[in-house]
Amino acid sequence: MENLAAAPEQPIETASIDDAIAYLKSNHPGAIKLDDRAGYEGIIVDPDHLVDVARVIRGELGFDYLSSATAVDYLGEGDHMEMVYHAYRTGGGGALVFKAQTDRENPAIPSLTSVWRGADFQEREAWDLYGIRFPGHPNLKRILMWEGFHGHPMRKDWREAYYEEELKPFDSRWPGGHVHRSEEKNVFGKNVNYPTDIDLNRLMDSSESAVYESLGLGVDVERIMDKDGFETNELVVNMGPHHPSTHGVFRMVLTVDGETVTSLEPVMGYLHRNHEKIGERNTYLHNIPFTDRLDYISSMGNNHGYVLAVEQLMSLGRKYNPPTYRCEALRVMMVELSRIVNHLWAIGFWLNDIGAFFTPVLYFIQERERILDFFEAVAGSRMMCNYMRFGGLFGDLPERIKSVSNLTNDRVRDYNTMQFLTEMINERIPRTIDELELLLTQNEIVLERSVDVGVLSAEDAINYSAAGPLLRGSGVAYDIRRADPYSIYPELDFDIAVEEEGDMYARYRVRVTELRESVRILRQILPRLEATKGESIWADGKPGAYQPRVPHGEAYGRVENGKGELGYYVVSAGGRGGSSNPWRYHVRAPSFINLTPLGRMSQGYKVADIVGILGSIDIVLGETDR
Amino acid sequence: MELNLQELNATEFPVPVELEDNIAITSLSQLYNWGRRNSMWPMLFGLACCAIEMIATASSRFDFSRFGFEVMRATPRQADLMIVSGTVTKKMVVPIVRLYNQMPEPKYVLAMGACASGGGPFKEGYNVVSGMDKYLPVDVYVPGCPPTPQALLYGMIALQRKIDGQSIANGDDVPWYGVGSAEPTPVPVLGPDIIDPRQMDMIRRQAESAARDMEALGLRELPAITQIVAAKAETAEAVAEALPADTDALNVVLPTGGTPWQEAEDIREKRRLRALARKALRATRRAAQAEGE
Repeated sequence: MENLAAAPEQPIETASIDDAIAYLKSNHPGAIKLDDRAGYEGIIVDPDHLVDVARVIRGELGFDYLSSATAVDYLGEGDHMEMVYHAYRTGGGGALVFKAQTDRENPAIPSLTSVWRGADFQEREAWDLYGIRFPGHPNLKRILMWEGFHGHPMRKDWREAYYEEELKPFDSRWPGGHVHRSEEKNVFGKNVNYPTDIDLNRLMDSSESAVYESLGLGVDVERIMDKDGFETNELVVNMGPHHPSTHGVFRMVLTVDGETVTSLEPVMGYLHRNHEKIGERNTYLHNIPFTDRLDYISSMGNNHGYVLAVEQLMSLGRKYNPPTYRCEALRVMMVELSRIVNHLWAIGFWLNDIGAFFTPVLYFIQERERILDFFEAVAGSRMMCNYMRFGGLFGDLPERIKSVSNLTNDRVRDYNTMQFLTEMINERIPRTIDELELLLTQNEIVLERSVDVGVLSAEDAINYSAAGPLLRGSGVAYDIRRADPYSIYPELDFDIAVEEEGDMYARYRVRVTELRESVRILRQILPRLEATKGESIWADGKPGAYQPRVPHGEAYGRVENGKGELGYYVVSAGGRGGSSNPWRYHVRAPSFINLTPLGRMSQGYKVADIVGILGSIDIVLGETDR
Repeated sequence: MELNLQELNATEFPVPVELEDNIAITSLSQLYNWGRRNSMWPMLFGLACCAIEMIATASSRFDFSRFGFEVMRATPRQADLMIVSGTVTKKMVVPIVRLYNQMPEPKYVLAMGACASGGGPFKEGYNVVSGMDKYLPVDVYVPGCPPTPQALLYGMIALQRKIDGQSIANGDDVPWYGVGSAEPTPVPVLGPDIIDPRQMDMIRRQAESAARDMEALGLRELPAITQIVAAKAETAEAVAEALPADTDALNVVLPTGGTPWQEAEDIREKRRLRALARKALRATRRAAQAEGE
């Protein structure tokens, strides 16, 4: 003990997580206890001291990046609600997990928006879906569902109109071996659940202010619209949810003074398809194809994050074989190809937004088609690959890539797989990137439109929990592949793309550099695939359990996806000795959280820049709304 | 069908020889359909994953412009075809119906993918509409999750075939022809849940009866469960009526519980037993028949 005390003391900002927890305990005696449930980690903080403790965690301990904040409903497992926070250091390393518990009847937990602005949307989501109140939150309104919706749907005792049973597989779908469909049980053939106090007249308010109802602080509609006379130049402009430049069903409400944007409020939920509720009814395996449909541009990356989270839980049990080397190499290859697809798509549509209408996109989509051909040959589907499994993969590479369409004029599609890959990685993709750089990087119009537009400072980027190219474009060299490595990334040679300026152009350049780095990684993967040829993709040569029983505990699996940090918070609880369905399945969606700073980034720029700024964040609505 | 000029010239009407290459004779319907089917402009309107495949279909490898779907228009006022490309949520169906109302006649709806056709993988969701056809008339359904560009093209060509078969003489085919714009589709309302104004009477009746039922049962909420039970009881009765009355085995009486959930369980059990009894009955009949032969 004496030796330890004599050793030069490590500054507390970089101390290990255990030391950090010990420091917190000495600082806030009585407010903190260790989370000693089996399979859980981190600390449980008394809600009354939560804000103080969070300030220490951020300020003194250096965990400046709040990655995820989400709620869990432990109905029947202790009967309480819990908020779970994962904080990281932008210098790298593991998470400090802290939690706050509250009762289910009248749940309230102090808001952490004063410490991390990135908690803003995540707390609104917890209020919307779980009904937890956050005293101190500046704008606690529903975010995914509409104001006036009936109940808080993610609570364990809330039942959707198509409710059949708690957990899949549903016995009710084949009672006595007779299959029937769930709509037979629904009188109207519509999946609705009307409460008894329905009054249509009250709801049919078609006035102008009703359109902007339920919006928050960003836009004060009443003040602007009630002005009489013609003196004012301030206007409220609604963009979306049907708009060609919002990248899907996304809506923004902006106030403009002349052409200048004074405030902007993102409105979402138009593609909220209840991913998490369905995910908690599903078995673990069922969720893999659902993750494909989150960020539907890069489904392989989504698979990867989810299998990492579940594998993390499975490794707590006795019978678990980690994936083989070939499996890891294949996973990394697929993910990097997805990243290329994602960035080509993002750059292309961002150029659309700033005026290069559809010409660049057409060339990028051509490249994407090649990669999709490969995915189709490997996984069976172009976009929704459903390729990864717990401890393995759906299948190894095929010998040849053939046409699946049976078209007579499609005979050209018959290649040796490795040859196809080698040509694609060494020639085609680099050629496309070169062409892109030649025509665009120094292009006068691109520079005019994007330099010094949509600026986000490094401090803001961290504080707003921005991730991916948005964070790295603001000068923060934070890439999970390096900061908190997973899979075989530690042995691969690549650099983190980072730019200092924090404007649209910096984000564009980060993406271009990442394209090149991905190609660099892929070039290292090819010899690894050749070397492991014939090796099984499963640890013991045969596929693992089809429906695994997952030991109790929690896991947060996160990967660096094309759009940023994609995290899956999975809790296994209920049942004896393990569960076959996730108790809590939460997706930390980069597209969702990256929108938190959109309002701030847009202030002071022109209306025409807004679509460009949104495009430079690169969102996909399947993931934003889930 | 395509207009073939050579074929059109070969008619029974006498055409002077010197004009043969300049005159084509056809029916007005055919000409009208030819114009419509080859200038079908889709609305630039993407909902979810399927929209990405729709963009791929529009881009150079597949290129739906080859078939007359020339350009996508961002405004509904210039569009003929609404491709519902993705999951329709309750929050989004309101603007979709509004957009449909803003499209000029003739207008068509193509439901692309599993979600738009019937809810798809997300059908169980509390915010998901189980198919666009619950609100709008759909002309073509394209299966797939998402459909490949080839599948979407096939669906679009199927729509063109549908137009080919229409006749101006038939009011059902072209209800807008000569009568001006149609009545707008009522826009759904977002209340405690989504409300289709066309069904308001039914909803009110249902809510009232559910309230009565719940009062009787001492429950506070969840009317949908009572509906399900009622619907199930009806189907069970219908099955019982349809069956021959000569078997005692079918009249299974189970003790009914107090809550709707128990009732649902009981009904399920009853149905299972009935199914077994039916099976046994069929077997005996078959045996008797075999003996008779």
